[in-house]
Amino acid sequence: MIPACRLADLPRGEAHRLDIDPPVSVFHTDDGELFAIDDTCTHQDASLADGWLEGCEVECPLHASRFDLRTGAVDAPPAKLPVRTHEVVVEDGTVYVRLSTEAPNLPPCVAARLAGGPA
Amino acid sequence: MRTVAVVGASLAGLSAARSLRKRGYDGRLVVVGAELHRPYDRPPLSKEFLAGAIGEGELALERDDEELRAEWVLGARATGLDRTERAVRLADGREIRADGVVIATGAAARTLPGTEGLAGVHVLRTLDDARALRDDLARGGRLVVIGGGFIGAEVASTAYALGLDVTVVEAAPTPLAGPLGEAMGRVVSALHTDHGVRLLCGVGVKGLGGERRVDAVLLEDGRSIPADTVVVGVGARPCVEWLEGSGVALDNGVKCGVDGRTSVAGVVAVGDCANWYDPHTGAHRRVEHWTGALERPDAAVAVLLAHGATEPGVPRPPYFWSDQYGVKIQFVGHAAGADSVTVEEGSTDDRSFLAVYRRAGRPVAVLGMNQPRLFTRRRKQFAPAAS
Ligand SMILES: Cc1cc2nc3c(=O)[nH]c(=O)nc-3n(C[C@H](O)[C@H](O)[C@H](O)COP(=O)(O)OP(=O)(O)OC[C@H]3O[C@@H](n4cnc5c(N)ncnc54)[C@H](O)[C@@H]3O)c2cc1C
Ligand code: FES
Repeated sequence: MIPACRLADLPRGEAHRLDIDPPVSVFHTDDGELFAIDDTCTHQDASLADGWLEGCEVECPLHASRFDLRTGAVDAPPAKLPVRTHEVVVEDGTVYVRLSTEAPNLPPCVAARLAGGPA
Repeated sequence: MRTVAVVGASLAGLSAARSLRKRGYDGRLVVVGAELHRPYDRPPLSKEFLAGAIGEGELALERDDEELRAEWVLGARATGLDRTERAVRLADGREIRADGVVIATGAAARTLPGTEGLAGVHVLRTLDDARALRDDLARGGRLVVIGGGFIGAEVASTAYALGLDVTVVEAAPTPLAGPLGEAMGRVVSALHTDHGVRLLCGVGVKGLGGERRVDAVLLEDGRSIPADTVVVGVGARPCVEWLEGSGVALDNGVKCGVDGRTSVAGVVAVGDCANWYDPHTGAHRRVEHWTGALERPDAAVAVLLAHGATEPGVPRPPYFWSDQYGVKIQFVGHAAGADSVTVEEGSTDDRSFLAVYRRAGRPVAVLGMNQPRLFTRRRKQFAPAAS
């Protein structure tokens, strides 16, 4: 489990990005639920923590594809693939993330960069 | 309604087809497209695809698991619409009779008269255009881009990153002054000079030099700019010739209401070919942006399915983005008519800022450069406002 932040430091309606590779973000919804998903949009190199949180969905800040925080599913293009979801655990006021073991759906440019190829 | 014909198989046509099925339309759905390709995404054609960072497979707009139950009639150009029979005529003589028609024929790149047939001269609108341009850019050398609009600027930026020697020629004193206003047009187009790309403004193009292949761009002030490849980025015209004489009112594209309804019942228009009435400005406006082509067809489809008996809502203000030299540019609203522009976050010198356009004190547009987070918040606050 990776510690993300103190729960008290993550108000409702906000997101916290963990700078791991690939980055993961924890969202605190207006209803008080916590979700963690891959932070990078599956379309291009955008940070979903910079996006717009509404209900259980986050809208990508660049081209407005919407991802369901519960399932990672995407509603509309341009993104076509879901993001990974990760388990969130809160213990003693600290938010932890248990990373998914699935392969991430990174956008082509980012995937190439992580593989050490040209950006 | 038993048959709906969607004419134009790109983003707006696909969006309309999706909306039809989502709203429960269960009849025959025919999608006609002049290109041979299934719907693909155009924005990457001047960016990642041109740069070679993504391939053709990644351009597809449809999902693998998508169940549209549509008949795709591709490589077929519509040449006429019969309003009484409500039939779409195709170039090969076929006719598609439909109870409802969605016009989604988009726009085509404007060309420079007299430059056809000269090798090395390109426009950029289709996948085939992009393939041809990509091959020519791979030769390296000197690229001259005619037109400093968004597509021209993006091609310049991609070619610069590929190592070409790039010059942009713009007839107006300031590039992008139309969509962004003078002040911000200057700021955004300075990205070229930041990177050592030459930007020549306020000078028109007289013609092109070269026998079989272009070798220079000849300017009206007498200068001649050597070129191995030329891209003509001088805007697009709506593809509505096929509707002439059909009774569908045309005026800079298909003239339509706030929800895409045209002058003919049972016919709606969407995407780049549609000149929608805009309640934000009280005028008609043809918006050539991706997000409009994605979102607005749903309202037009609602009109079609309800046989016109719908109350038009207020559309979201137009939004677009552009990527140049690694900088993300985002814009929402209307710059025309603004009487002030204020930088409210960041600084233009850093190429990272948020600028708000106002008219009589009310925000009418927001521009962001490399500020996706703040921009998104502004865009959301902005969305419901109408004049
Ligand atoms: C290179 C490039 C980069 C872009 N970048 C951005 C960007 O960064 N951000 C942004 O917001 N927007 C961008 N755009 C604009 C965006 O792609 C368009 O707004 C969008 O494609 C419009 O979709 P459309 O379906 O209305 O029209 P189009 O995509 O033009 O499609 C119309 C289709 O109809 C077909 N057609 C035309 N006439 C007929 C006929 N008579 N019969 C049958 N079929 C016909 C055409 O062949 C075409 O396939 C870009 C466009 C281009 C070309
Ligand atoms: S980067 Fe997220 S939708 Fe394009």
